[in-house]
Amino acid sequence: MNEIKPTQSVGVRVPLVDGPEKVSGKALYSGDFIPSDCLVGRIFRSPVSHAEIIEVDISEAQALPGVKAVITGDETDEPFGILPIARFEFPLARDKVRYKGEPVACVAAIDVATAQKAIDLIKFKYKELPAYFTSQEAMAEGTVNLHDHREGNIEREVDFELGEVDPGMEAADLIMEETFNCAEIAQVQSEPHAAIAEYDPTRDFMTVHASTQVPYYGHKMLAKTLKMDESKIRMIKPFVGGGFGCRTECLNVELICALVARAAGGTVRIVVSREETFITHRGRPETDVELKIGVKKDGTITAVDFKAIQRGGAYSGYGVVTILYAGGLMFGVYDLPAVRYKGFRILTNTPPPGAMRGHGTTDVRFAFENLFDKIADELGMDSIEIRRKNLLQGPKYETLNEMFINSYGLPECLDWVEEKSDWKARKGKMGPNKGLGVACAHYPSGASKPVNWTGEPHATVHLKLDWDGSITLLTGAPEIGQGSTTMATQCAAEVLGLDMSRFQSLTSDSKLTPKDNGSYSSRVTYMVGNASIDAATNLKNILIEAAAKKLEVKPEDVECLGEVYRAGTQDEGLNFNEVVQAALEGTGTITVKGNFDTLPESWGTKKYRGGAISGSMAYAYAAQVVEVSIDPDTAEITVEKVWAAQDVGKALNPLAVEGQIEGSVWMGMGQAISEGTQYVNGLGITNSMLDYRVPTIVESPPIEVGIIESIDPHGPFGAKEAGETSLVAFIPALTNAIADAIGVRPIDLPVTPDRLMELMENYQEKQEVAE
Amino acid sequence: MSEKRNKTLLHCTVNGKERDDVVKDNLLLADYLREEIGLTGTKIGCDGGECGCCTVLIDGVPQHACLRLAATCQEAEIETIESVSEEARLSALQRGFHEKLGTQCGFCTPGMIMAAEGLLRENPNPSVDEIRQGLAANICRCTGYIKIIESVQFAMDELNSKGAAA
Repeated sequence: MNEIKPTQSVGVRVPLVDGPEKVSGKALYSGDFIPSDCLVGRIFRSPVSHAEIIEVDISEAQALPGVKAVITGDETDEPFGILPIARFEFPLARDKVRYKGEPVACVAAIDVATAQKAIDLIKFKYKELPAYFTSQEAMAEGTVNLHDHREGNIEREVDFELGEVDPGMEAADLIMEETFNCAEIAQVQSEPHAAIAEYDPTRDFMTVHASTQVPYYGHKMLAKTLKMDESKIRMIKPFVGGGFGCRTECLNVELICALVARAAGGTVRIVVSREETFITHRGRPETDVELKIGVKKDGTITAVDFKAIQRGGAYSGYGVVTILYAGGLMFGVYDLPAVRYKGFRILTNTPPPGAMRGHGTTDVRFAFENLFDKIADELGMDSIEIRRKNLLQGPKYETLNEMFINSYGLPECLDWVEEKSDWKARKGKMGPNKGLGVACAHYPSGASKPVNWTGEPHATVHLKLDWDGSITLLTGAPEIGQGSTTMATQCAAEVLGLDMSRFQSLTSDSKLTPKDNGSYSSRVTYMVGNASIDAATNLKNILIEAAAKKLEVKPEDVECLGEVYRAGTQDEGLNFNEVVQAALEGTGTITVKGNFDTLPESWGTKKYRGGAISGSMAYAYAAQVVEVSIDPDTAEITVEKVWAAQDVGKALNPLAVEGQIEGSVWMGMGQAISEGTQYVNGLGITNSMLDYRVPTIVESPPIEVGIIESIDPHGPFGAKEAGETSLVAFIPALTNAIADAIGVRPIDLPVTPDRLMELMENYQEKQEVAE
Repeated sequence: MSEKRNKTLLHCTVNGKERDDVVKDNLLLADYLREEIGLTGTKIGCDGGECGCCTVLIDGVPQHACLRLAATCQEAEIETIESVSEEARLSALQRGFHEKLGTQCGFCTPGMIMAAEGLLRENPNPSVDEIRQGLAANICRCTGYIKIIESVQFAMDELNSKGAAA
């Protein structure tokens, strides 16, 4: 009897609860629902970058046999958008088109060939307007406004100064500045966007399956654009093939699909092509960063002055948040006594970017860590030492923008990478064309204020316990491959001391599962994990009460060992099924609820407008060392090895945490050395996976992961963000390693071999002149 | 709709089952498997030959089902992800991808497993470099590939120890 122990589920390497479906081909993604009566939806897209719509003539398309519906911008005059303050995008363009590829019309037909033929019969008449493809063009004097209410094509201007920057610069012994350019990048998630909308005309009811990270926001936007009551819509997120932020806001795909399904009075499936997925975009915006840092001789930072310009594309999307994050997340890594920021989010005639992994901070952090490294070189300081010199000081970890930091494992991350990479012995002594570089980063664990403020808790989890002794976990948290369902199950199982095999789960179906804001800003582990713990605690209390009654003891005398509840070590106790039976007596099936809410202290600063953005309950930290070698003849970069340390608070599932960190490092490597979209007069010329080069398994470097556990006091079992921070750290660590290897410091992304070759040649010429 | 389309009577084997299907000559193998037969385990992730999500075995060789017309698979033996389970249990490769977390979102996984299956049949003891070469046509955006390599090594070890025992 004494052998019985609660089962441990947290801190254990647990494979994903939905893994067997994925490896056997049984997992159904949005494009896999193929009812026999399903119509095919195809989208007609704008051939021009900026134009007034004169007419969209669909008469011939409508007349084609086999066509069930053709819709245009006339179908709805309700705009959509993630931010309540910036909704001016329509599912299908009205009045104007603003980027090449913007949806103009949609056909639902009995098969692909018919739908495509109908698309070819649509006549689009328009009057072209001047189009702007760079931030600088769109900001210039005398331009035409893309949107009437956005004068000068400025979506949002941010301007703040915290602390006194000018005196800070005056007090500096060394000031260095640099201008960086980071190319626009795309997520290139494995699954192209897809939706299937089933309209029931008898009940006026809409059921939508969509590849989304935010079924709740999608649900709201469906109701808005369809002008249907929210209760008449069922939104389901089936398996989703990756996100990385590409579907962290409602996309036009699911809205168009539902609109055309209703027009056709039936079921329509839209699976967009890879090219259309690139056009739908929502990646990371092209960003220019002008940065100036002042330091004392000993490396102490005295002031930071920076400006970021983001090419925001034709619509707002998350734009306002992105440009605010770029400023606010300057804080929180180092102790900064004075910071001035100017941010410009610009509207251009290109597809709208969104909230890609490492949202807002990645390009600015690249700039900072890159220039900071150059400063260390200039001062003759070690790159790790200068970072240590500027760490936040506990136990309060105060920042000028009042971040709520209660765990800060960055010092331990630096120690780990320094030791593992044998930094002291090898840095600067690697021989020609080989180098080591270091960088740090952080990322929030969910935004403390949701974009859509309703007063509801941030997360709610239900647990259903029935007569058979099984527990069903119901959560709206969208599982997109990051392992959220596994995480939520682990948390509940740990509290109850039960094996995870007692649990089943049901996720992201508005008819069955509690609402959840979605999988974005690394909120799910922190918020849904805590809600799951709360739900399991409530259930455990009910079971203890029931066991106490049955055992005729007080609840506080009942010991829960997971499968056995007993009153003291001598008691044989009740097995789990007996406890369940006792608990169900007189009440029947039990459903409990658990909630999580953020603390007001974490809601961000009020010192400047938009300061709430970047407020979080906790921040994860990373330090990374990258080893590179450069081919002196071809400038080809080989990443030989990466040491990635991340403070994740507590690794609830070390296997999944490693997977997240390895994936982050690798995705960062893509942005650093090969990825970037390109447009010619607004036409995307990198809209395929051949032209947009992501690294393959051949170029993948060995990555050694160091999990640092600072145990956040408010996180679920101490856990924090695990899936974004290490991406941010990789990029500057790489450019710093290149500088160590060849003396040239790249400042523009991506660092392609041709760009690096040019830098190397210029450097050589300069060296020769100097000699 | 009225125009006549050329069609072929396709005789092939899909996952061990002989089939006779009338297919349009322009029907891709990937669409034949997914839309006509309902084997949706094979995924389509790009506009043709870029991502590897649709990898199936044709006469034992990994091929992109999106670059192959169904009508050209006359008398061919086609194997998809739905066929690799052993006696209704996960195969060694499937267990490897599950237990070693070689799968995150899972969308590239069927193609990745089929490519690995082809590799291990050809070479039961691939080195890390040979695994990299064997899976170079399959793109995964989640894992960074480290755990994919470990998944294949898990299966390799398991199959070899099974072979040694037998």
